[in-house]
Amino acid sequence: MQRVQRDLNRFRQIVRGQIKKNLRKYMSQGEMIGRQGKRLVSIPLPQIDIPRFRFGSKQAGGVGQGEGEVGDPIARGDPQEGEGQAGSEPGEHIIEVDITLEELAQILGEELELPRIEPKGSKKNIVSEKAKYTRIRRVGPDSLRHFKRTYKEALRRQISSGLYDPHNPVIIPIHDDVRYRSWKETPVPESNAIIIYMMDVSGSMGREQKDLVRNTAFWIETWLRSQYKQIEIRYIVHDAAAKEVDKETFYHIREGGGTRISSAYKLCDKIINERYPPTDWNIYPFHFSDGDNWGDGDTEICLKLLETELLPKSNLFCYGQVRSMYGSGSFLYELQQHFEDDDLLATSEIARHEDIYDAIKSFLGKGK
Amino acid sequence: MKRNISLPPDLQKTWEEIEEYAKGYGLDFFPIIFEVLDYKTLYEVAALGGFPIRYPHWRFGMEYHQLSKGYTYGLSVIYEMVINTDPSYAYLLEGNEMVTQKMVMAHVSAHVDFFKNNMWFAHTNRKMLDEMANHATRIQRLINRYGHEAVEDFIDVCLSLDNLIDYHAPYIKRPGAKTEVPIAGGEDEPPTVEGLKVNRSYMQNYINPPEFLEQQRQKLIEEQDKVRHFPENPQKDILLFLMNYAPLERWQHTILEIIRDEAYYYAPQGMTKIMNEGWASYWHSRIMTERAMTDSEVISFADHHAGVVSTSPGRLNPYKLGLELLRDIEERWDKGKFGKEYEECDDIQAKRNWDRQLGLGRQKLFEVRQLYNDITFIDEFLTPEFIEQQMLFSFEYNSYNNLYEIASREFETIKEKLLFQLTNFGQPYISVENGNHNNRGELYLKHRHEGIDLKLDYANDTMHNLHIIWTRPIHLETVIDEAPHLLTYDGNEFRKQKV
Repeated sequence: MQRVQRDLNRFRQIVRGQIKKNLRKYMSQGEMIGRQGKRLVSIPLPQIDIPRFRFGSKQAGGVGQGEGEVGDPIARGDPQEGEGQAGSEPGEHIIEVDITLEELAQILGEELELPRIEPKGSKKNIVSEKAKYTRIRRVGPDSLRHFKRTYKEALRRQISSGLYDPHNPVIIPIHDDVRYRSWKETPVPESNAIIIYMMDVSGSMGREQKDLVRNTAFWIETWLRSQYKQIEIRYIVHDAAAKEVDKETFYHIREGGGTRISSAYKLCDKIINERYPPTDWNIYPFHFSDGDNWGDGDTEICLKLLETELLPKSNLFCYGQVRSMYGSGSFLYELQQHFEDDDLLATSEIARHEDIYDAIKSFLGKGK
Repeated sequence: MKRNISLPPDLQKTWEEIEEYAKGYGLDFFPIIFEVLDYKTLYEVAALGGFPIRYPHWRFGMEYHQLSKGYTYGLSVIYEMVINTDPSYAYLLEGNEMVTQKMVMAHVSAHVDFFKNNMWFAHTNRKMLDEMANHATRIQRLINRYGHEAVEDFIDVCLSLDNLIDYHAPYIKRPGAKTEVPIAGGEDEPPTVEGLKVNRSYMQNYINPPEFLEQQRQKLIEEQDKVRHFPENPQKDILLFLMNYAPLERWQHTILEIIRDEAYYYAPQGMTKIMNEGWASYWHSRIMTERAMTDSEVISFADHHAGVVSTSPGRLNPYKLGLELLRDIEERWDKGKFGKEYEECDDIQAKRNWDRQLGLGRQKLFEVRQLYNDITFIDEFLTPEFIEQQMLFSFEYNSYNNLYEIASREFETIKEKLLFQLTNFGQPYISVENGNHNNRGELYLKHRHEGIDLKLDYANDTMHNLHIIWTRPIHLETVIDEAPHLLTYDGNEFRKQKV
């Protein structure tokens, strides 16, 4: 064993929260989402920062090098960005790298130790064509020339036309003899998935909360895309009433008013029933809210809907509760109480950016 | 670890060649032992701070995790590593092409020359390899005896304080503390004042009037206070102070001492980062371009060198800054662009074309590498022309739009900012004012505020760790939002109050 392996194991145990839980609060995941465009992302590297007397970074500023006028922005105001300290330790900064979404999903899976998802049931209705090179054609590119078949054809022709001499078995293929490999398309049953995002857009959900939702959603999609051939996504927003919207609207709409979560669940159920029969689809409803539901028995309706309709139809129902400036409501608690050991329901509280890590793990860590 | 593995013959030959070039230029270094490591071992050694044997601690695992992830995903490569010992050990990455190895060897020889000759390294332990291994053995013994958890937890506590050392301490002789015992023993008797000797009792009121007696009493009280008040002068080496006065178990004392030793060992490298890297880059560039490189290696070398000195807007590259500043110094001293006559010259054109043909550049460079650290280096040699030429700027945080923005391209501002970052490694100045605050053995620290507040949550947690060692309440005087504050942690809760 490498000497450092022992330290590495210890570090991993700390990160997983198995030992020395007091250190976990110094843990940061780095920024996980891309900055410019979708493709630039940073890799989540857990770090534990031992507390020391040090400066609050924002006042500090620093010295840099390069083009630009006074007043030009050089970096976003993340606490870790742009400290620009000469002589700073390596590893203090977030590493950014160009990376594809597939690679990203793979890294995510490795880092979070996500299990592969097992699609449920038989998905006989959803098929895709898969090409297999099993056929032979008379035309094609030279790179696909089938040597053995070509030889056979030429041999057959030469024997039948009497050109074949057993004492001098030279076979010369002519143009008509040449055979090429070709493909045949076979239908393969595929498992496809539908994600239904539901978000509470009542007055208490601010920009920050939506950012949390967007980041979480990005990672959920990245992972599910790596697991299913095809993914459809539907968006529902709700306050006291629910409606289906497109992606742009979903993240930018700002509604006021109260919260009736059951409205969203009803709409979600309707969408599933009309368009995505559970026998054919892997269904992933995600609901984000600050948990502050109206008190007129709506929570009971939600619980009932979940129990009788949504949960049986879904692969996994995930509820993420973000914390708004008014605190967070009791819906999370109600869910946890009611569905204590239900494998089909995953809940998580997302108060800060760092919690996204845990949320993704609890949503996707079940392998459903 | 056996360290006499010789280099493969081709690399050995290359090294002999480079060594000769380097010595020819006047570089003066300890013997260097090169070792070729595969990337796993190299990254392991890098994670352990350059030493093959360290005590067990999770942070080395974290370092390794980060470094090796960086390597796996192709984000970063360590080409070279060298440690400050005599003889010096340097590591080469197996499988690098020859031109890279050459460049690394040239780079390393300049680093070792710097370790050997720069005065800030004069007090470092050149047998640190053994020392680190000793530390590892001692801590392993403690672990066997007191358990992994307990020892590691205490190491965490000590690490949280390891920047509370006095970076100049090795060069200053201070008077030893006058009081060895922290809390004065015995009862505090109110001081009695005898007054001057009086032979006749009726003269008492004339020779020793009550005001005089009172004055004498005050004086006594003050003196007593002085005894109770320790350290006599504020002390920056808080770790030493804790070692001397904190109620530590023997094993805790050992750990604290080890952490402090290692902090002091690494300190000069932090103090000379810009110079050291600049110096090494300067020489690898000269040795390669003037001597060692073959025609077929030009492109590769240029590529690597460009990688080493590349810049990005938000971050200052110490390699680049050091290299350019050294080159600037060389040119100025070659051409005589210094001194009163040059400084007072008003004619920009004349200044630009100034050339006295002095040829003092090389000599000056060697002097600089011997006598300066980053702060004095920047302070003395940074010029407005240089800043303009290198396009340096200072940036600040703008809270309105949550962006860091270029704040200034003025010489004074940039220099001030740069020096500030380097002073005390960009760490806050904190010293022990009193180890017997309120006459109750409480620890009173003072933060010398220089415009930037402390990160409060970190300060709280650090005070919590200090309390574990000191066991009595901890006070920290600092400034928050321009108002003086006293932070207190008494073992249960934090208080923040204005003073």
